[in-house]
Amino acid sequence: MSSTIDISLGPQHPSTHGVFRMNVTLDGETVTRLQPVFGYLHRNHEKIAESNSWLAAMPYTDRLDYICPLTNNWAYALAVEKLAGIEVAERAEYIRVITAELTRLQNHIAFLGFILGDMGAWGTALMYAFREREKILDLFESLTGARMMCNYMRFGGCRCDLPAGWLEAARQVADGFPAFLDEMEALLTGNEILLARLQGVAPLAADRAINGGMSGPVLRASGVDYDIRKADAYGIYSRFAFRVPRGSVGDCYDRFMIRVLEARESVAILKQAIASIPDGPVVNPKAKQRGLRPPAGEAYGRIEGPKGELGFYLISTGGDRPYRFRIRPPSLINLTLLEELCLGTKIADVMVILGSIDIVLGEVDR
Amino acid sequence: MNLPGAGLIQGLAVTARNFVGSYFEKARMTTEQYPEERPKLPENARSFPFLVFDGDDAEAGMRCVACKICEKECPPQCILIVQDRDEAGKALKRPKVFEIDIAVCMSCQICVEVCPFDSIRMDQDYELSSFDRFAPLVLDKAKLLKSNEYYQSIHPTEAAETDARLEADRKKKEAAAAAKAAKAKPAEGAAG
Repeated sequence: MSSTIDISLGPQHPSTHGVFRMNVTLDGETVTRLQPVFGYLHRNHEKIAESNSWLAAMPYTDRLDYICPLTNNWAYALAVEKLAGIEVAERAEYIRVITAELTRLQNHIAFLGFILGDMGAWGTALMYAFREREKILDLFESLTGARMMCNYMRFGGCRCDLPAGWLEAARQVADGFPAFLDEMEALLTGNEILLARLQGVAPLAADRAINGGMSGPVLRASGVDYDIRKADAYGIYSRFAFRVPRGSVGDCYDRFMIRVLEARESVAILKQAIASIPDGPVVNPKAKQRGLRPPAGEAYGRIEGPKGELGFYLISTGGDRPYRFRIRPPSLINLTLLEELCLGTKIADVMVILGSIDIVLGEVDR
Repeated sequence: MNLPGAGLIQGLAVTARNFVGSYFEKARMTTEQYPEERPKLPENARSFPFLVFDGDDAEAGMRCVACKICEKECPPQCILIVQDRDEAGKALKRPKVFEIDIAVCMSCQICVEVCPFDSIRMDQDYELSSFDRFAPLVLDKAKLLKSNEYYQSIHPTEAAETDARLEADRKKKEAAAAAKAAKAKPAEGAAG
């Protein structure tokens, strides 16, 4: 009969994985029980949105997954457009794709940096990633006015047109990105220590991933071919040629590599979108922003966020505010299998497994 | 099959290139020595709202008419407006109190979008720290009012568009008034 020890991991500063706590029971170094504790960052987002106008909920969505504000904006705008039957301006569709893919790029490289931090290589890889991410954030700032709290999408389009020279700057970032990914891969993917820490750790079988409701890169790393950009083809994604990378065994290494591969596909989408963006208005002139009153009904708008399926479920009673405002956050739902993934692994692997899921607590706690 | 440790060496080569490059290569020299060096903000950059006035006198040239749309639409409710009244108690088209609590403001720019009088705009000042938690962060009318020239200097493109639109509106109004006056005159003459 061996004795066990209970350890409280976290809550940590938000720059790591957020104010997330795990109560871990250890037998020696092996995890026998893991209980996630969250809610430290709860801000009542859904209830606030239900007591504000439809437009006023938009800036709050920036603060869900604060690494990727523009995809959050898009998911909410998509849900309201579905609810109110608003058409989106053609040029705005392209801007949305471009900004969403830039968001995916910067999310995935930040992920690469942070997971290295979880393995103990705090700093170097993260700073290289952040140097590159800063170029994309500069693009966001010159377009939307803010690096992270963009509040850019509007019902039926976007808030303002691209400033002069922005597309050229975006093209340069997209052109330079594969070189950076090559450098990152030279630094990381052949590294024996990294391979030893990631390969074979916490494999997730495809059927288990589907049953657990996983989505996004975590699901695809297990070998499931499911990408909402293909399956649902929201916006204008059907016009672009891109592949959906898949893993095979769903271990931490697959979850790591899938981000690198997805980033390369995002660059391909970016290049196509930048080359084919048409002129025109960036917002549907018939779409009402202030004082919008969608007809009574319900709608679920979902997109392939960088972390998985991000959905907004809205109910309108015809009033000037949502009757029900519900978010399906990919971070929270991908986190539900955490205990299952961690059982039987060593305590040092727990942080890596948590990192490989890629969560942001702003979205988990809302 | 690679030699054991080859991946490590390859990684070290990357860090060496970055380390040396951080002294010579422009692309790798990314640190800004704030506050000696200041970032050049893009035109669209925004921090907190301010009120625009025309001309030299802030009170007289104030564009705000205290319609309270921004106060109503502000998502975190950080704006307080009290309409001014004359001695007789008649409501005047200007605010008596206009306060923005920038500790609450989340810089979302919705007040700017909904303002029908082009009165409220986003500032770019980011050095707003204070030693007190409350009072210095509530900006009153005196602190909020800034000249149109200042607005022109921080958002040139947007300000030029606004000015062109305001000028066109003014001309349209003048033309409408002139047309009305011209219409009224013959009628007057007929009566006389």
